[in-house]
Amino acid sequence: MTQESDQSGSRAVDLSILSDPKNLGVVRAAAEKMARQEGFAPSDVDGIVLAIDEALANVMKHGYEGRKDRDIHIRLEALPGNQGRLGLQVTLRDRGRQVDPTCIKGRDLKDVRPGGLGVHIIQTVMDHVEYRCLEEGGMQLRMVKYVRDPAETTS
Amino acid sequence: MTSDSLVKDVQERKGGAIVVLAGEIDYNQSHKLLVTLNEVVEKRPTRLVIDLADVEHMDSSGLGTLVKIFQQVNAYKGKMALVAMNDRVRNALEITRLDQFFAIHQTVDEAFEA
Repeated sequence: MTQESDQSGSRAVDLSILSDPKNLGVVRAAAEKMARQEGFAPSDVDGIVLAIDEALANVMKHGYEGRKDRDIHIRLEALPGNQGRLGLQVTLRDRGRQVDPTCIKGRDLKDVRPGGLGVHIIQTVMDHVEYRCLEEGGMQLRMVKYVRDPAETTS
Repeated sequence: MTSDSLVKDVQERKGGAIVVLAGEIDYNQSHKLLVTLNEVVEKRPTRLVIDLADVEHMDSSGLGTLVKIFQQVNAYKGKMALVAMNDRVRNALEITRLDQFFAIHQTVDEAFEA
């Protein structure tokens, strides 16, 4: 794990893990700590942790098809708020199977059945979600969650 | 929390079963959960109550496992309920709207009286 900060006060933590599901808990712990430090409400902290968990599980399950020895890079970046809203940007990069980003969609929840809930969770929880195929192979997922005003949290 | 402590306890009561889960139920753990709950459901308890008080985290694979087990219990006309979940697990149920699908109670006793 590496950590850096720039003059604007922006802070970032980089995590590199293997695609072993045993590593999910480690990333959840780091994401929870960072989200709390950035001032998110408890329910939003829970949501961010869940969204990151779902995104990583999707990479392990679909991108790497269950192989446990592949690389996943996670960057947790605090948005400083001096040029916009306070928030947390999460970027996941892998070298797994590429999927057309336009095909990545949540499913209809009226159809109650196991599976297919991860993308819905990510899109519901996060304010901005962007999938991209990388030129060097693999996928990148960039997600942003903004800190809500107290009025928004209580409404 | 080790994978061995995922299922804290399995009890029988009035022809039903209470399964007490603990820890973090994610993609790494959900298969083990499915195996354990399948073993319980094979005995066809009239009521299956899943106690989530000590579950700290549950992702969509854990929720999907609960849906699978519900479908099995429902197929033999049994009842299934979730009890005592923390805010994080309830949040996951709400996001996926499964809070409107499962019977949810505060306590095991309430679930057996419903």
